[in-house]
Amino acid sequence: MTDNRTLRWFLFAYLALVFVFIFAPIFFSVVFSFNSDRFPTIPLGNFTLKWYQTVWNDPDVWEAARTSLTVSLSTATIATALGFATAYTDYRYSFRLKPIYLGLVLLPPTIPLIIMALAMLAWFAKLGISGQVMSIIIAHSVLTAPFAMAIIRLRLSQMDPSLEAAAWNLGANEWSAMRRVIVPFCRPAIISSFCLTAAVSFDEFAISWFVSGLNKTIPVIILEIVTGNIDPQVNAIGSFVFLVSMTLVIIAQVVLMTRRKKEN
Amino acid sequence: MRTFSIFKQTFRLPIVLWQSLFFIGPLCFTVAMSFFIVRNYRMQEDFVMKNWAKMLGRDYFWDSYFLTWGLAGIGTIVTMTVAFPAAYTLAFKVSETVRRWAIFMLIIPFFTSYLVRIFSWYVILAESGVINAGLSYLGLGPFVMLNTKFGTVVGYMTLTLPLVIILQTFALSNVDRSLVEAAFNLGCRPFRTIYRVILPMARTGLIIAAVFCFILSFGDFVSPYYLGGSKPPTLPILIVDTVKSGQQWPRAAVVAVVMMVTLFVVAFAGIMAAYRRRVG
Repeated sequence: MTDNRTLRWFLFAYLALVFVFIFAPIFFSVVFSFNSDRFPTIPLGNFTLKWYQTVWNDPDVWEAARTSLTVSLSTATIATALGFATAYTDYRYSFRLKPIYLGLVLLPPTIPLIIMALAMLAWFAKLGISGQVMSIIIAHSVLTAPFAMAIIRLRLSQMDPSLEAAAWNLGANEWSAMRRVIVPFCRPAIISSFCLTAAVSFDEFAISWFVSGLNKTIPVIILEIVTGNIDPQVNAIGSFVFLVSMTLVIIAQVVLMTRRKKEN
Repeated sequence: MRTFSIFKQTFRLPIVLWQSLFFIGPLCFTVAMSFFIVRNYRMQEDFVMKNWAKMLGRDYFWDSYFLTWGLAGIGTIVTMTVAFPAAYTLAFKVSETVRRWAIFMLIIPFFTSYLVRIFSWYVILAESGVINAGLSYLGLGPFVMLNTKFGTVVGYMTLTLPLVIILQTFALSNVDRSLVEAAFNLGCRPFRTIYRVILPMARTGLIIAAVFCFILSFGDFVSPYYLGGSKPPTLPILIVDTVKSGQQWPRAAVVAVVMMVTLFVVAFAGIMAAYRRRVG
């Protein structure tokens, strides 16, 4: 391809700029969480930990952190289990209604969260299970199961189909072939799907806000503080939230990537 | 041989039950709820057209509707345009390793708190915020960026840009390189090559990216609320206000159903356009 040097550098600079735009809010949120001004701008004020202290001493935040942790770990467990079962079904079996089956599984992320929030709120009220931690967990599992399914399905498609058949021929029944062959092969995908679904659940605010009742999660607390006024506490909580979700995402990716390298 | 296998059903059935009960169930109930009635602050199951007549008969509903369309439309056009050179660079100008790392970086924000990022933009874009403070050194500004359509679109892009770049990069990576080179060798100028060769070949992926971008923007209440000023409210804000300010869930359900129908039509039109056979 005829390559124009100037054009090339222009494109690289542009790409860098796009990344600056994408990471600017994350970067500034962390910077401002250590900044003494109530309304942060440049030049920056003094270095301070007072926002972290405020947050640390707030019992509501601790309560919310506990709820968030319960919700995201439970969600990740349910969603990964559902996602694994579904991915395996798609991998191994073919049946007439499969397109509908897959649609049922993969559709939730295409429905706007605000609609899901309203629908879940009304449905849980109807079933008499609204306003509980369980309601958030159920709603989040519906939302995140497709991610789990996609990650594990990708992993299964890298597996040699004769592996499972070989296990059967060597006398393993379906259950022990599942336990000894399929699950170990999928382990990296299971770990990373667990982390990613936990991260999505940990950050989700619209559904949580609608269905949580008095059991606030961290994002709901943030939403309520933000609606009130400008309060740099949000930056402190936000930095913590970023730290948690980025750690989860990075673990997920590293687990997937290193395995791939080892096998190649 | 078709026998009932416990093993098979253990893996197949759970998701069907789960999604029927907690995904299809709630959505169908929302449609039904739009025909319910509220008496004495209590919702009663019924089948009346009152909520529909009330919502669709009001000007503010249609103001919201077209505003939401306009904002999501502008957001999609801007995001697709801004993303394209970046995706083009990632697809054609960098090595495999760089591309993998870039996509890794683009996945991260998708799983981090959107809400906190929007709050961060609120502080950055404010009249005395980072950008205006920076511009004042150059003797420019201050510019009003909050409570404008510009603010809303920045918010939408925070949500959609990484995803759109990823999808566009995949779409462009599937374009046959030898055809692009052939166009160059035959003397086709770069922009003409993009327009006549690359865009048509990447069409399916690009349209899917645009559809996702539109759906995400259309359904987002955070950006138009915190960065756009919410006057007039968009449809998602209308749902939030209706639900949070009282018992009028059926009216919120009307808005939700209108949104679902709209998005379904947009997605369907997009998919038709994406997979249509090229004529000629």
